Amino acid sequence: MEAVHGHDHAHDHDHHHPTGITRWLTTTNHKDIGTMYLWFSFAMFISGGLLALGIRAELFQPGLQLWRPEFFNQLTTMHGLMMVFGAIMPAFVGFANWQIPLMIGASDMAFARMNNFSFWLLPPAALLLIASFFVPGGATGAGWTLYAPLSIQQGMGMDLAIFAVHIMGASSIMGSINIITTILNMRAPGMTLMKMPLFVWTWLITAYLLIAVMPVLAGAVTMLLTDRHFGTNFFNAAGGGDPVLYQHVFWFFGHPEVYIMILPAFGIVSQIIPAFARKPLFGYSSMVYATASIAILSFIVWAHHMFVTGMPAAGQLFFMYATMLIAVPTGVKVFNWVATMWKGSMTFETPMLFSVGFLFVFTMGGFTGLILAVTPVDIQLQDTYYVVAHFHYVLVAGSLFALFAGTYFWLPKWTGNMYSETLGKLHFWCSMIFFNITFFVMHFLGLAGMPRRIPDYSQQFADFNMIASIGAFGFGLSQLIFLVAVVKCIRGGEKAPANPWEGADTLEWTHLPSPAPYHSFETPPVVK
Amino acid sequence: MKKLSLVALASATALCSGVAVASRLGLQDPETPIARQIYSLHSLILWICVVIFVAVFGMMFYAILKHRKSVGHKAAQFHESTTVEIIWTIIPFVILMGMAYPATKTVIDMKDTSNPDLTIKATGYQWKWGYEYVKGEGSLTGVSDGIALLSSLATPMDQIYDPKVQKGENYLLEVDNEMVVPINKKIRILTTANDVIHAFWVPAFGVKQDAIPGFIRDTWFKVEKAGIYRGQCAELCGKEHGFMPIVVRAVEEDEFKAWAEKHKTAAVAEPAPAVQVAAVDTTTAAPAAAAGPVDGKKTYDGLCAACHGMGIAGAPKTGDKGAWSARIAQGPATLAKHAIEGIRAMPAKGGNPALSDAEVTAAVEHMVGLSK
Repeated sequence: MEAVHGHDHAHDHDHHHPTGITRWLTTTNHKDIGTMYLWFSFAMFISGGLLALGIRAELFQPGLQLWRPEFFNQLTTMHGLMMVFGAIMPAFVGFANWQIPLMIGASDMAFARMNNFSFWLLPPAALLLIASFFVPGGATGAGWTLYAPLSIQQGMGMDLAIFAVHIMGASSIMGSINIITTILNMRAPGMTLMKMPLFVWTWLITAYLLIAVMPVLAGAVTMLLTDRHFGTNFFNAAGGGDPVLYQHVFWFFGHPEVYIMILPAFGIVSQIIPAFARKPLFGYSSMVYATASIAILSFIVWAHHMFVTGMPAAGQLFFMYATMLIAVPTGVKVFNWVATMWKGSMTFETPMLFSVGFLFVFTMGGFTGLILAVTPVDIQLQDTYYVVAHFHYVLVAGSLFALFAGTYFWLPKWTGNMYSETLGKLHFWCSMIFFNITFFVMHFLGLAGMPRRIPDYSQQFADFNMIASIGAFGFGLSQLIFLVAVVKCIRGGEKAPANPWEGADTLEWTHLPSPAPYHSFETPPVVK
Repeated sequence: MKKLSLVALASATALCSGVAVASRLGLQDPETPIARQIYSLHSLILWICVVIFVAVFGMMFYAILKHRKSVGHKAAQFHESTTVEIIWTIIPFVILMGMAYPATKTVIDMKDTSNPDLTIKATGYQWKWGYEYVKGEGSLTGVSDGIALLSSLATPMDQIYDPKVQKGENYLLEVDNEMVVPINKKIRILTTANDVIHAFWVPAFGVKQDAIPGFIRDTWFKVEKAGIYRGQCAELCGKEHGFMPIVVRAVEEDEFKAWAEKHKTAAVAEPAPAVQVAAVDTTTAAPAAAAGPVDGKKTYDGLCAACHGMGIAGAPKTGDKGAWSARIAQGPATLAKHAIEGIRAMPAKGGNPALSDAEVTAAVEHMVGLSK
């Protein structure tokens, strides 16, 4: 944590802030807030990961050994909620806080106090989620999608989850307003929109997505709340409502949410690959347009999550075509990254390893996504382990690997120290291998007909489940390497130069020392 | 060929190959025209994806090997090419159209539920299925009209909970009453649910349809080979979601007629665990449990009899004085409490949370009256 202090820089003269806990409670500094976001998301990543290990332990072999079925459902539900809302989303906001001001030459985020508030909303929300395990009836077991009417049946753990979602949604919206305002108003002179680093572009677009869809989610869960307690019948057919309405509203949020979790990852990878290929990003403007196209298309594909609810053929066809169309801009991105590497002069430090790993494995998730877009195939595979494999390929190998890549890439700037390349590479190879052991076999389980969200399964699925469980424990343990690597880097190590990467050329590397001083760019740099 | 190719894909993860013999790597063998279309669609798209994947990542790994600093490669500085970018936007688009065309035909076939020979309504309950052979159009009208059966998991509890007990061949995929259908006939399935959303799924038929409380949806299949086909509920529906399998026995038409005849007579002789569901009408919503006067017999007939009528899943059979005497000795309050909160295999309120405590208590009193 001390790492963010700059000790030998001219900007340091007004380096006054409270010490101890009050520093963190009252801080309005984008670097402190970014750090808190990142540690918070890591804590949630570990908590959600422990729940996942609980799931995989039960599924290690057929029969019910550890948990009762209702507790198993709580594990799957809370694993999903914690990872999506607690780990992945706040981690990207942490990156946005740290990096956006540094990359556009701004002194801080636009609304510094709101920034503090949007972070400090998160711990209470996380406590609500964790506390819900200990209330009568336990946590909600309705799945992270909280489908009505199952979610109407749940105990008070469901209400805590609803409030947690409300609070985290408010936090995300405030964070997004801050990010948009910062990017649109606080860029250094000369930095036109089309000169912004791609990470900034992807976050600008993501922030608009967040503002558009988080209120929709809040509306959906509020309707659940009033159906549960105040006698409304939004989702109850006997009262004139419709259970499927919930799914439409939820997925109108849920599909853009998918891109909220992957677009900033695209941004991180688009910074790292050119840096380590020592070659400019191929097709910068087509990258920007592809990102925007994906974001726009994400609003018209939601019902591909609902092909088996029974919609008219015309509806199924529309959502199938629209979904398949997303493969075009996504393909452009993958081609551009490969073209960036082509004829470069590459080295493979940990950030680059994770980026190449991201590209390789995320693309597999993209292809299974295309397979699932095809309605008849989706109807066969919906709610099976194939879907579980698919979204872990894009969320773990996609978002999470990009987060790891970004962490190793910017750690020298954040801490002033180099991380241990040995630990980083060990972390990468363990994660990569165990990830595939865990999730690749799930494709086979889903194709052969194993439904998701079941605590026990017939014996034909036993072999692959055992492999997946072994992989999951390996993957979980591998993340301790990450913790050790980061803590070691914060505590010391080889001093990092201002720019440790030959090919990195954004403002934080070219204009700031390492570590970045507590207050940076009080005088904006001029971008040519 | 297709299986070979899947095995090849599997070897991508070295660990998989060791168990590839025992476990299935691809979709189940398709047994209906729709399932066959799905199977070949999946194979087609999978192969297109594999080819593109190998091409793109072949390029990437070539670059990783040759264009690295350690072998002295100097970085080129090109960073755009409008021609190349247009080409790799248009080519994927054309490939996608090639995939969308056969998929569209399959979607339209799957949606065509017209002119069925037999119509069966499948109702999802927490946690079992109810099947009703309803009056409909087609060649089999009248043969099985009015047959209603409840289909619950038949796997004994000790196989699930006791690791020392050997699990059966069809562990978790076996039921007490199978859905019986004739082969080579178009079967239309209407789905609905009593409580939460379930999904009717038989992988070998390529059929999966949500069962939504208060609404009726439909799907269809025409199975060509006699046999037993197993599926599961595919939508999370609460704690026993993993324990409500679907088993369909497909038989020759004559055998089906014989089964229907026998089942109808049997149904008259001893009242089967009948399900109280309204007549099928695809245009209106199925009525939810209506609040009425407290009538223990009605609740019993509609719900409790499903298990207590036959003594399913360890439930004390109504009228079995031996099974009931010890329970009656615990006093009516305890019995009612157990019925309301659930005990052992019995879910709270027999699985229908819409019931009031008074209705459950009345049903218990009714059963006690019959079992003294």
